[in-house]
Amino acid sequence: MLEVRALRKSFGDIVAVDGVSLNAGKGETIGLLGPNGAGKTTTVSIIAGLLRPDSGEVLIDGRRLRGDTDPAKRNIGLVPQDIGLYPEISARENLHLFGALYGMDGPRRAHAVDAALDLVGLAERAKDKVSGFSGGMMRRLNLAAALLHNPQLLLLDEPTVGVDPQSRNAIFDNLETLKKRGKTLLYTTHYMEEAERLCDRMVIVDRGKVVADDTMQGLHRLLPVANLLTVELEDSHRDGLRPEELQILPGVQSVELRGVTLRIGMRDLADSSGILQWLTEHGHPFQHLASERASLETVFLNLTGRSLRD
Amino acid sequence: MFTPFLALTRKDLKLFFGSRRSLLMSIAAPIAIATFFGYIFGGSGSTEISRIPVLAVDQDGGAISREIVSRLTADKYLDVKPSGLEAARQAVRKGKATVAIVIPKDFGAEAGKALFNPTAPKPQVGMLYDPSQGSAMSMVQGMLTGDVMEAVSKEMFNGQTGAGMVKDTLGQLDQLAMPADQKKSLRELLQGVQGFNAATQAAPRQALRGGMTVPFQMRSEAVTSGIGVQYNGYAHAFGGMGIQFILFVGIDVGLGLLLQRQRGVWKRLRAAPLSRGVLLGSRATSAALTSMFILMTLFAFARLVFGVRIQGSMAGFLGVCAAFSLMTASWGLLIAALGKTPEATRGLSILTTLLMVMLGGSWVPTFVFPAWLQKLTVVVPTRWAMDGLDATTWRGLGFSAAALPIALLTGCALAFGALAVVRFRWEDDG
Repeated sequence: MLEVRALRKSFGDIVAVDGVSLNAGKGETIGLLGPNGAGKTTTVSIIAGLLRPDSGEVLIDGRRLRGDTDPAKRNIGLVPQDIGLYPEISARENLHLFGALYGMDGPRRAHAVDAALDLVGLAERAKDKVSGFSGGMMRRLNLAAALLHNPQLLLLDEPTVGVDPQSRNAIFDNLETLKKRGKTLLYTTHYMEEAERLCDRMVIVDRGKVVADDTMQGLHRLLPVANLLTVELEDSHRDGLRPEELQILPGVQSVELRGVTLRIGMRDLADSSGILQWLTEHGHPFQHLASERASLETVFLNLTGRSLRD
Repeated sequence: MFTPFLALTRKDLKLFFGSRRSLLMSIAAPIAIATFFGYIFGGSGSTEISRIPVLAVDQDGGAISREIVSRLTADKYLDVKPSGLEAARQAVRKGKATVAIVIPKDFGAEAGKALFNPTAPKPQVGMLYDPSQGSAMSMVQGMLTGDVMEAVSKEMFNGQTGAGMVKDTLGQLDQLAMPADQKKSLRELLQGVQGFNAATQAAPRQALRGGMTVPFQMRSEAVTSGIGVQYNGYAHAFGGMGIQFILFVGIDVGLGLLLQRQRGVWKRLRAAPLSRGVLLGSRATSAALTSMFILMTLFAFARLVFGVRIQGSMAGFLGVCAAFSLMTASWGLLIAALGKTPEATRGLSILTTLLMVMLGGSWVPTFVFPAWLQKLTVVVPTRWAMDGLDATTWRGLGFSAAALPIALLTGCALAFGALAVVRFRWEDDG
């Protein structure tokens, strides 16, 4: 459905996208992950035909977009990061306008508008001006506006930025519905939990380059540790603790001590009881304990050396 | 292609007509300002004349000076009040009077002698004037000259003081340095005046009271669209204000496009399979329609309330309005093309617009400008628009008078539009 080959785009001296390649098959949901400034939006803008790349190409169903009026653009629905709506007119009027931009007219457009409003749960507010909507409702309408012409490929550029958890869940439900309908979704975000919940495959970008492209399982295989045990020591009892002493215990893969926090990488959490016993016996009692499975956040940290939210 | 074009145009019109602020700024504000300007520039022809405040300081108090003050007081263009010298000076300084005329002591006697005796010293009439109103001073000076001539000669031919002055002059005639034949002629003239004076003194009621008078009368005629049709100052004022506020619509178009670029809506528009012509053309069309609506509404108001009529070619009037509306639309596109952000562009575009409005004669007619500036303003499109509107409204001229403004404004619209399309930044910053 979507094939991106070695895209490069710079703005003056700044290289925003540096050789990005990715693919998305029909019905597949791809997460495009990276911190702010990684080149996600620029990549999406090039795919949508808003920007011309310095080099590389984008193929939609095997062919390049040719100019502003290429009918192939009808296969693409763009959900921009900023709210792309006119706040001074009603939700229904907004959708009618955006439907008309794709040449839709008459009952066909009216039907598409009703269906999109139903999907995002805004049918009852259809006549209200968008300026009176909450941030979450605007985000849902922003999604609806991209669906009117029934595109096969949806480009979602951080569609949940700044919304409350309830609205985020509602948007996720909408996206899962679209996924079930066989749409191809390219979803940019820097929220790991969103990508983990929704995406079949992740493309991780940093400083304009793809640093990983794999399924969730595949990305986890890149990690040296699968689980993380975090132990918060009592402040007065950390003196004399040498991390390398823990390193030799069964199941321990990595040890890091920062202040009173001990982060221990392990292949299997079942080995954690031996570690806790060792700490107690050696005079390092603890006050708080937590364990977690390695996440995409950890994957990103491992791949780039910095946090996704940097 | 037509469906998106219509939808975008309709959306812009809906946004304009749905906004009370837009309507207030585009209709009510120009009506209020045009009403003010129209009133102070002559109204609909029946406005009371604003009289020049003049103070008369009569230090002579004789028959001639009293006659001069009386004549000035009777003039419909002047509001003459008596005053002392110092009070008059203070009043002029404070702007409460425009001119103060100071008639010095013995003015009448000296003026009478100087009338027939070229070697006699001429008395001086003082004029204190407000330097910010030099044209009013010139006007009063002209009136005063005529009134002094008439008052002095009337006294010489008819008054007792005048009779004495003629007698004195006759007595001094032999001492004048003048050729004998001229001296003889002057003596005969003065004796004739003496005789005339004696006759009118003897039978003052029956005699024709003579003297020298200004040998002509002024007949002024305002050349408007037809005989009996009065000049309507509101026609120019509504045209001027219409042009100013329509240019503000142009600024809104430009800034609106720049704002759209900052918002997601521009990405959404660009992601649709639309040509650049549709995107910019629909915006230009809605702006031109809005501008035309504003002009029509303003002139409809002026027609109903102030009796402004299209005295000339209706086709020419509509043509000028349409051409200027198109020019405004492309002016808006040009602002969007050359501007980077709305914040940075707003101030400069307002300044440019106000300059165009000012130099185009929308506030005050260009004929009050210095000659060099009048020549310079022919490069300003608003000047052609004003000329076209003046020609087809109160001047009552035919289509031929509007043809050149229409052609020039249309040319300007095409040039601005072409430049805007070439310079428009289609790609954003990613």
